Amino acid sequence: MGVYETLQIIVPSAIFFAAPLIFTALGGVFSERSGVVNIGLEGLMVIGAFTSVVFNLTFADRFGELTPWLALLVAMIVGALFSLLHAVASITFRADQVVSGVAINFLAVGLSLFLVKKMYGKGQTDQIQIGFDKIDIPVLSDIPVLGPLFFSNGYIPSYIAIALAFIVWYILFKTPFGLRLRAVGEHPMAADTMGINVTRMRYIAVMISGALGGIGGAVYATIISRDFSHATISGHGFMALAAMIFGKWHPLGAMGAALFFGVAQSLSIIGQTIPFLKNVPTVYLLIAPYVLTILALAGFIGRADAPKALGTPYVKGKR
Amino acid sequence: MSSNRLTNFLVPVFAVLLGMIAGSIVMLVSGYDPIAGYSALIYGAFGDSYYIGETIRQTTPYILAGLAVAFAFRTGLFNIGVEGQLIVGWLAAVWVGVSFDLPKVIHLPLAILAAAAAGALWAFIPGFLKARFKVHEVIITIMMNYIALHVSNAVIRSVLSDKGFKSAKIHESASLQSEFLQSITDYSTLHYGIIIALIGAVVMWFLLEKTTKGYELRAVGFNQHASQYAGMNVPRNIILAMVISGAFAGVAGAMEGLGTFGNISVKAGFTGVGFDGIAVALLGSNNAFGIILSAFLFGALKVGALEMPSSADVPTELVDIVIALIIFFVASSYLIRLLLSRFQKEGK
Repeated sequence: MGVYETLQIIVPSAIFFAAPLIFTALGGVFSERSGVVNIGLEGLMVIGAFTSVVFNLTFADRFGELTPWLALLVAMIVGALFSLLHAVASITFRADQVVSGVAINFLAVGLSLFLVKKMYGKGQTDQIQIGFDKIDIPVLSDIPVLGPLFFSNGYIPSYIAIALAFIVWYILFKTPFGLRLRAVGEHPMAADTMGINVTRMRYIAVMISGALGGIGGAVYATIISRDFSHATISGHGFMALAAMIFGKWHPLGAMGAALFFGVAQSLSIIGQTIPFLKNVPTVYLLIAPYVLTILALAGFIGRADAPKALGTPYVKGKR
Repeated sequence: MSSNRLTNFLVPVFAVLLGMIAGSIVMLVSGYDPIAGYSALIYGAFGDSYYIGETIRQTTPYILAGLAVAFAFRTGLFNIGVEGQLIVGWLAAVWVGVSFDLPKVIHLPLAILAAAAAGALWAFIPGFLKARFKVHEVIITIMMNYIALHVSNAVIRSVLSDKGFKSAKIHESASLQSEFLQSITDYSTLHYGIIIALIGAVVMWFLLEKTTKGYELRAVGFNQHASQYAGMNVPRNIILAMVISGAFAGVAGAMEGLGTFGNISVKAGFTGVGFDGIAVALLGSNNAFGIILSAFLFGALKVGALEMPSSADVPTELVDIVIALIIFFVASSYLIRLLLSRFQKEGK
């Protein structure tokens, strides 16, 4: 097997695995850039996955081909609403943001499994029948060498995820809204003095993270697992969190890290078919994303600095 | 001062009550009978000696996991990696349990110490990175959880078994299981671990409240700059706090390995005990005695929940919802304190 054939296996499957991570990690960027830690990304993905699968199973007959897209939309809305709990606890009630995030994770798993058992009478839903189509991107897929590798035979949400990273970058770094959001996360008192409503900005940021986390979970459930059970989302939210930190709280960095984790994830699954990886025990590939994140944080791969006000509730008038 | 103390006691009580009320609303809304649900829960936790045995058995790792989280909290650290430290502790205890043939007085303590050492080692890494590079321990410990899960699975497959899914049973000389405790509780899985867990609680209380080192650890958690000015070695104290916390978590794993299961199997996901430890510590106000009570409550909830599907038709996950809400309410104690202070003002 030549290098090109090998890449033809690895690259598309890496993009395939990375898509949910990209969406969720971008959500994390919004929340943390505004100064709110979001350990709850995992739970938000669980809720998104649950919502999309249930919607898909319930309405597949009525909406046909449109179902997965509507499911994505509904998962986005439910994710945003669910993250309101985190926002209320950590912004208004000044709860420890990490603790509140942990509670979000507990609640998401408990609530969704509770409802699955209530609705289907068992711990696992049926397989969904209608997923996303695979497409070749027009023009780009005709590029020799790169076209078949990156732009052919992929799921549409994967391409949306990558495009979204650039949009988020533009919003955060090129618009007044983005500047305000970052200001709130770096120095809320200064932002408040300049007339920015810190509380409102943080609520918006957390809800965007909920919406994107919901989409991330929905994408995972729709294109990868195709059903929902307790094991559907197992650590993907934390991996997205890792991607966001590995990407230094930057949307494009987060996307790059998510793609890289996608490579590691796909290698751990398809590694057995690739000659020079056959003898590497899968455990190394499984732990690679986490080890790399630790190394990145320890400063071996450049310095990663969190937003200054991350994790601290803003109390007006307190110095 | 005394009203402050009362508030500290009332916050967890209110959180549990609010959590239970919210749980009954969830049951009502989804068409279940909350009274039947909670009666099944209570019966499943305390109904006869078997259930009581199971509840105490479940309380055992919860106490130790709660102590691990609380020890870190008290020293200004958030150890969310108790789960991973518990898994490596479990692995180490079983490893020692199957590979040596020693008299019980040596073998059992050795297996428990091995678990403590493994947990401590797993927590040393985030402690060191925090002390040396100022990296936030929350992220590192989360990453260490996944590394622990995958590494221990690999060890079980390749070292402790021949590509199998579980290790051999530990030798009798390393076991915490007790025929006496089993027989008085109608053959539940109750084992001697509960004694070790209670000793652990005393150790944590003594260490933090009665020793100079404990005072130093708390001081560093409270204000690093002041501690440094007072001549304390801040990085060393951070590492030490993490290591002790990890040791508690490792012993929690030993309880599962040497007591409840007697072996270790390949895990598809986390045990959840380490994460529940966060809830236990929070509800117990990070206080050794409070943790025993809250661990007992969570143990009863978890074990009692198993009775709910058969006798009240309520899914066990209801209890997870209640636990999550309790954490929310404890975390948002600002809200409860606000309400309590309103009541107190009106009372005057």
